Amino acid sequence: MPDTPLHEPHIACHIEDLTVSYRDRPVLWDIDLDVPPGVMAAIVGPNGAGKSTLLKAALGLVRPVAGHVRFFGLPYGQARRRVAYVPQRASVDWDFPATARDVVLMGLYGRLGWLRRPGRAERARADAALEAVGMADFARRQIGELSGGQQQRVFIARALVQEADLILLDEPMAGVDALTERAIVAILKGLRDQGRTIVVVHHDLQTVRAYFDWLVLLNVRVIAQGPVAQVYTGDNLRATYGGQAALIGPEGPAAP
Amino acid sequence: MTEFWSILGGHTGLTVIAGAALIGALAGVLGAFAVLRRQSLLGDTLSHAALPGVCVGFLVAGAREPLAILAGALGAGALAALAASAIPRVSRLKPDAAMAIVLSGFFAVGVVLLSVVQGRASGAQAGLADFLFGQAAAILRADLIVMAGVATLCLGLIALWWKECQIVAFDPDLARLQGVPAGAVQAGLTALMALAIVVGLQVVGVVLMVALLIAPAVAARLWVERLGPMVILSGAFGAASGIAGALVSAMHRDVATGPVIVLVAVGAVMASLVLAPRRGIIAAWRQSRADRAALDQAAVLAVLRDLARAHGDPAYRAEGGMLDAALGTRSRPALETLARAGLARKVAHPPETTPHWELTEAGLRRIAAGVGG
Repeated sequence: MPDTPLHEPHIACHIEDLTVSYRDRPVLWDIDLDVPPGVMAAIVGPNGAGKSTLLKAALGLVRPVAGHVRFFGLPYGQARRRVAYVPQRASVDWDFPATARDVVLMGLYGRLGWLRRPGRAERARADAALEAVGMADFARRQIGELSGGQQQRVFIARALVQEADLILLDEPMAGVDALTERAIVAILKGLRDQGRTIVVVHHDLQTVRAYFDWLVLLNVRVIAQGPVAQVYTGDNLRATYGGQAALIGPEGPAAP
Repeated sequence: MTEFWSILGGHTGLTVIAGAALIGALAGVLGAFAVLRRQSLLGDTLSHAALPGVCVGFLVAGAREPLAILAGALGAGALAALAASAIPRVSRLKPDAAMAIVLSGFFAVGVVLLSVVQGRASGAQAGLADFLFGQAAAILRADLIVMAGVATLCLGLIALWWKECQIVAFDPDLARLQGVPAGAVQAGLTALMALAIVVGLQVVGVVLMVALLIAPAVAARLWVERLGPMVILSGAFGAASGIAGALVSAMHRDVATGPVIVLVAVGAVMASLVLAPRRGIIAAWRQSRADRAALDQAAVLAVLRDLARAHGDPAYRAEGGMLDAALGTRSRPALETLARAGLARKVAHPPETTPHWELTEAGLRRIAAGVGG
């Protein structure tokens, strides 16, 4: 692959003019988005706002009809080692015959290259990643036997083992209990404090200010983006949620 | 080496058994991937659709040439797969309906062609009708060489690209993100499945081939929790089914092999469903009984604790009937179990004559640690 000149290299994830449509309906329209390095960002918006599609389109899993995306100045194909993705839990085949450690090891397959098998060094790295998310005791469990929060942590361990600088997570807090949610947030904040960039598709407005320092409000278009303190306003939230704005007080939802 | 082949050639039975075992193992291994990738229906379509190809291969070659028949079957299978994937894209038909129409359409053409071939003198002797339900006894040395070649190719490729096959079967998106060409690996796995189906047709038949693909994999999944063991066990189940079918076929030339092989494979599924250590019916039943018993014991302990607290007496002696009333069920079995575990004991409480129960030291400690624990 020929080296492309760097474009916006000081930005972890730079998206410009991105448009995605299913059949004739745009699900993402003219997205311009910059996530600076070292933040923990939430992408928030109503159902059908295109939050998951935005992550998938940024990674090339969904084909956009227009626009471009750069990670640290490079197209995904040249930056794949610096970017990790944690899919929605519902999209995974939990009955697949694999243990937690098997799943984490798969995060290393890309850099192993063709024909090379994961060996002792790779297994040690996988176990270290499981340890980091408090799942060391479950390394040999089949993934379907784990609770929702444990499954989520295994997938975060898979992102960890990739040693990515940017981790994109699709609804990691969906369907886990409050205690697990706090544990996951603590893990993600720890990663942010190491200098990594975290981008989370999030569904709960109430916790945005407690968990995140960067906010993107999305409803097919980007309504607002920036530091949480500036973006989290009643006007912006009403513009994002439209008819559902009745749920939100005049000064935005109550602080958690 | 020549001696080895002459032994095999001389002993028809050995050729037949080796062939059937190879086919079973191959179908088992590729079937494991087919099941995990939800391609069972595609496998059935490929095998039924191969029948017209078998006939065309025979007509073109003018004799029962293994390679010509293989090529014909593969060609027809590929055509069917293309048709089945194209129809939903150009019409409003759903994929399963498209698959069913292609399957039955190709199969009908195959049966018509088969009757044409059977009408000819050379065709009647070639025994192409064996392709419907399979006939292991008809395996020739030339067939065995083709089977061995295909099996070596398929198993070799899967062993070589094991981790790519694994990641693509589990999570094609992750594979793509890691730079694994997921589309190519998926296409490769499907092509290998088609190849395994086509070489297995002669032994199992087009009608039941899909069962030899699916049944060993389903049975294997019930016993193990990782991909490697599942693929190996599935191959072993397939090989065992093949051998059983070949033995019956060798003893009774008039019994079609396919149904026998499939009966053995389905038997393995049934047995696994009942007996498998974690996922089997017996295991599930035992687990739920153990869970219920543990729950009962915890409930009895809790009642004993509450009574002891209410009376300010840790050694309070509770009457059996009182416990029954509190729990709304018979507490005796749970109490007996608690007594065996040393957590409670039966005591006399004169002047009453009915059995009474009190907590032991161990029982009190268990309660202090939390009743559930």
